[in-house]
Parts: sequence; structure tokens; C-alpha cells
Amino acid sequence: MSEATEPLWEVFVRARRGLNHTHVGSLHAPDATMALRNARDLFTRRQEGVSVWVVPAAAITASSPEEKDSFFDPAADKVYRHPTFYQLPAEVDHL
Amino acid sequence: MNAHEYALALGDDALIASQRLSEWVTKAPSLEEEVALANIALDLLGQARALLAYAGEPNGLDEDAMAYRRAPEEYRCAHLVERQIGDFAVTTARLLVFSAYQYELYTHLSASTDPLLAGVAGKAVKEVAYHRDHAAQWTLRLGDGTESSNRRMQNGLYVVWPDVAELFAPRRELAPLIDAGIAVDPAALTAQWTTFVMAILAQAGLDEPGVAPAPGGGRDGVHTPEFADLHVEMTSLHLAHPGASW
Repeated sequence: MSEATEPLWEVFVRARRGLNHTHVGSLHAPDATMALRNARDLFTRRQEGVSVWVVPAAAITASSPEEKDSFFDPAADKVYRHPTFYQLPAEVDHL
Repeated sequence: MNAHEYALALGDDALIASQRLSEWVTKAPSLEEEVALANIALDLLGQARALLAYAGEPNGLDEDAMAYRRAPEEYRCAHLVERQIGDFAVTTARLLVFSAYQYELYTHLSASTDPLLAGVAGKAVKEVAYHRDHAAQWTLRLGDGTESSNRRMQNGLYVVWPDVAELFAPRRELAPLIDAGIAVDPAALTAQWTTFVMAILAQAGLDEPGVAPAPGGGRDGVHTPEFADLHVEMTSLHLAHPGASW
């Protein structure tokens, strides 16, 4: 039962109905059922949530820090991607 | 016997079970399991507070006086909860049989004609449903795991099994309270408890231990040597610093 043999799980908690599940942390557990229970014990002790997801950390494909420049910097100078860049005709002001 | 005296045995079961489970803090197999066991211990302590405060009411004793200022023979807990924690499999086996008992007990007690007992039981039944599930999940994984985990889980059942009968032993002094709808007849809980526990054991590939029941005596204040040690440790802080709080 050492943690070395237990896979890592990422935990997502929905605080209230209508809100998104938000990543709150990670934990070790032997399988999905126990991961969900561990998540309940570790992350919802103080009424933080109404719903919990656990996802095997291995199932998540993440962007790498080395790719940060090519991934995210090109968006920096493209103000026309924001709706506020466009002047709307007066007639649709309250759209 | 009255409702307050009845609450004493229920409260002592919860208090001592909580105290024993707390021994896993800093020693559990994983950090996750440590928090899980501590949560369960705190749930039980919450039940104990309400029940012991009620038990002490006629004598003007508060929950701390009830928990920490009594002599060992004044405690009414069952032997099952006062035993040493053993290894994780023993703890799992004990939590399985105890929480399955508490689940049946509180389910019935939530319909008690005594409003306080009904209230405590109604809240506690959700807590012990989770305790029971936690123990069941580990029983399944250890029983259906490796050859070694199965052997140790089976041993855990052997260790705790003799003390199970005391939980369900009929108590003559309870009869008037049962008739009045205040108390639950422990003997009447056996069937549902057996159905649940046996289903888990079967699914986990574990056998019901064929061991004779121990004599018991906890309800009459006769306790194990293990309880004497526990009592000394549990009450030492309160003796050294009366009324200590934080």
C-alpha cells in the first residue's frame, strides 16, 4: 500500500450548483473508487463542494513550459480578438 | 435504567472507538488514509460529545467530566472498541463490524421516542454510513487483493470476531426502555448486520471466522487490560491540567 504503487489522481470540486468543477489538488489512491472517497475526505471536509470528479493524472495531456512562447505569446498583440475592439452601431448598443 | 444511562453506553462506544482510531494519526499507511481515519474518529467524537453530555445531565456533569473524569469501571463501552488497534487489517475489520452495527443501531434509534437520542442518531446515521462504506471498500480490496493482503484481512477478522457478540447481546435492564420506544433492542439488529457483513465478506473472498464469542462485560464496567492502559493515557492530560482547553 505504499504510495509508490498507488497512481496519482487530479481532483476537481464543484462548489455550488451552476458553477464549474475547479481543480483543487491531487492525491494517491489505488483505484477510482478509493480516489473519489479520498477526495471527499481531503477536499470537502469543510463543505467545499456538492460534486467531485477524479481524473487519473496520467490521462491529462498538459502543455509544456518550453512551448509557452509559441503557445501563448502570439495572442498578446491581437487586440482584435477581444469583442471590445469593435465599435458597434448605436442601434445595437444594448445587444 | 433510564434514557441517560442508555446514552452512556452508546457514548462510551463512540468515545473509545474514536480514541483508538486517532492512534493512526502519523502512522497510517498513506496520508490520504490518515485523514480518512481522523475524519471518522472526529465523527465518532462528535457523537460521543452529544451522548455523554446527555448521560451526564442528571448528575450535573458536562461532556469533559464524563469523558475524562470517570474511573475505568464506570465506562460502559464494549470490548470491541477498547482493544489495541493492531495492524491496518485489524483496524479495517473492527471498523467494518462496528460501523455496520452502529449503522443499524442509529437507523432504528432515529425513530426513538426520546427526542435527543432520535436527533443524535438521525445525524449520525449519515456519518456511520460513510464509515461503513470506507471499511467495506478496504475489506474488498484487501480480501480480493494479493495472497498476503487476503491472509492479513482474514486474520483481522479473526482478531475482532470474538468481541462482536457483545454488541448484540440482549440486556435485561433495557427491556422497559425498548418497550417505551426509547432504546433499540440490540438483539434485533443482528439479522440486518449479518446480511450486510456477510455479503462484503463473500465478495471479498473472506470467510466468517469460526471462533467462539468472548464473554464480554463492558456494559457492566468490566474491561480488558488494554482498556486500563488506554484510560490512563486518555485521561492523563485532563488530570495534569484540569479544565484544559484551546
